Amino acid sequence: MIRFENVGLRYGMGPEILRDISLHIPERSFQFLSGPSGAGKTTLLRLLFMSLKPTRGLITIFGKDRSRISRGELPLLRRRIGVVFQDFRLLDHMTTYENVALPLRVRGREEANYRTDVTELLKWVGLGDRMHVLPPVLSGGEKQRAAIARALIEQPEILLADEPTGNVDPPLARRLLRLFIELNRLGTAVVIATHDLGLMEQVDARRMILAGGRLDVYD
Amino acid sequence: MTDIPVDHLQDEAAETTATVRRVQRKMAPIVPAQNIAGRALVLVIAIMTFLSCLTFGAVTLVRDTASVWENQISREATVQIKPVEGLDMEAALAQASQIAGEFPGVTGTKIVDRDATARLLEPWLGTGLNIDELPVPRLIVVTIDEANPPDFAAMRAAITPKLPSAALDDHRTWVDRLVAMAHTTVTIGFAVLALILSATVLTVVFATRGAMAGNGHIIEVLHFVGAEARFIAREFRWHFLVTGMKGAAAGGAAAIAVFIVFSWWSSRNMATPQADQATALFGNFAIGSTGYLGVGLMVLVIGALTAATSHATVVAYLSDIDIRQPEAG
Ligand SMILES: Nc1ncnc2c1ncn2[C@@H]1O[C@H](COP(=O)(O)OP(=O)(O)OP(=O)(O)O)[C@@H](O)[C@H]1O
Ligand SMILES: [Mg+2]
Repeated sequence: MIRFENVGLRYGMGPEILRDISLHIPERSFQFLSGPSGAGKTTLLRLLFMSLKPTRGLITIFGKDRSRISRGELPLLRRRIGVVFQDFRLLDHMTTYENVALPLRVRGREEANYRTDVTELLKWVGLGDRMHVLPPVLSGGEKQRAAIARALIEQPEILLADEPTGNVDPPLARRLLRLFIELNRLGTAVVIATHDLGLMEQVDARRMILAGGRLDVYD
Repeated sequence: MTDIPVDHLQDEAAETTATVRRVQRKMAPIVPAQNIAGRALVLVIAIMTFLSCLTFGAVTLVRDTASVWENQISREATVQIKPVEGLDMEAALAQASQIAGEFPGVTGTKIVDRDATARLLEPWLGTGLNIDELPVPRLIVVTIDEANPPDFAAMRAAITPKLPSAALDDHRTWVDRLVAMAHTTVTIGFAVLALILSATVLTVVFATRGAMAGNGHIIEVLHFVGAEARFIAREFRWHFLVTGMKGAAAGGAAAIAVFIVFSWWSSRNMATPQADQATALFGNFAIGSTGYLGVGLMVLVIGALTAATSHATVVAYLSDIDIRQPEAG
């Protein structure tokens, strides 16, 4: 589904953060992306999400050459990808419910058609009673779950999650992980960036370790 | 979220639409209104519209007056005869008066006699002077039938060969000069209007760019959840259309108020000298239907201009960040 060939990336004139990365993320696959802080996990996810262009190498996303994807095509491709940001990126002037419903709203859906879906998902991630409050009054873990719900609401073909369990206690982390596994069973490829070893040990999945700008894959 | 009662299936449809409407009304706008420096912009646009409307009103006033002047024929013309060596002034006056009087469209001629001429000159030369000793030109006043004015060129052609020192003044030069001045004023007015509109466009560009930059985090999230540029632009355009229309309407209303006060003032003070002066120059201060139509037009133009400008700015800004993205954090 997504393929990297000898991809390198540097920010501006800085050092090369990622070097000669080659990887393949198949459909319906499940993998962890790990590595020390500052290794470039977020950067790699941004490449996957097309919010960055590689400085060299070839990226193929959904069968398309990244360098040939026009600005107009980008939104439609991004709709097939769900992202959970490390810093959540919730909109503070919208309630939890509205934040989670945002991807549906920008697709022009009628609120009547998705209301129950959003409500159910919010209940599932344990935010049933926090639906109509604004993000600034949510706890870190609650924000995290709202961000996850927003990424999942459209059942994307691939889910990219940056430290999705960084702010929650172990039982909730396990529950979220189960959610990701369930999603994977329904056909979504999942990439979880984390340095939580405990989390990785709970699932027997592919591990991609970033260190020194290079990527090692352990199947 | 209100749950739909399952035991009222027949009411479900109605209930759902009711709930939906309730929720939809509650849905926060994607770009919150308070994030857009609304009030200052409304004020600026109102002021710009007000100035445009006043300029437009003044331009119509001057243009209308000029066209009245242009078509107006003076009620009188004058023949002036300068004394020259060997000219019998009285005979010349009589001859010129006779020639002029024969033209169709001339209702009468009157020679300004010595005493009257002396009186005319009194303020400059003092009393008790002998007019015969001075080379003073003499005048004939030619009264004209306004409905059927004489051919001044022919009259001039008839008089000058016989009396080379005679000059016919139909007051056209004076009126032509006024009309030329009025045209210049109109041109300046339009230039001012163009400047005001450009300033408005630039203000809106800056305000829009500011609003976009201030809402960068929202735009970013919208991009990430797969919003198309069109969708994002629409969210912003709506705000600016409202802002533009509000400002333009306020400015237009203020201008109309000023027009109304002016025409009220000029009709009330019809008899006072100031008003007479103003009336002499501009007719009365009534801004005709053109003026009011112009205000309406100006409001629409500025509202549309604001919306179009902000839309173009938003689209340019969005393609800009897409290009900048590889470097940006
Ligand atoms: N926008 C940027 N401009 C310049 N350098 C950047 C930018 N974003 C990240 N970097 C640098 O790239 C490197 C990798 O950053 P990145 O955020 O990908 O790390 P990470 O693996 O996600 O770390 P963490 O586990 O702490 O989230 C860091 O050295 C960081 O300073
Ligand atoms: Mg990171």
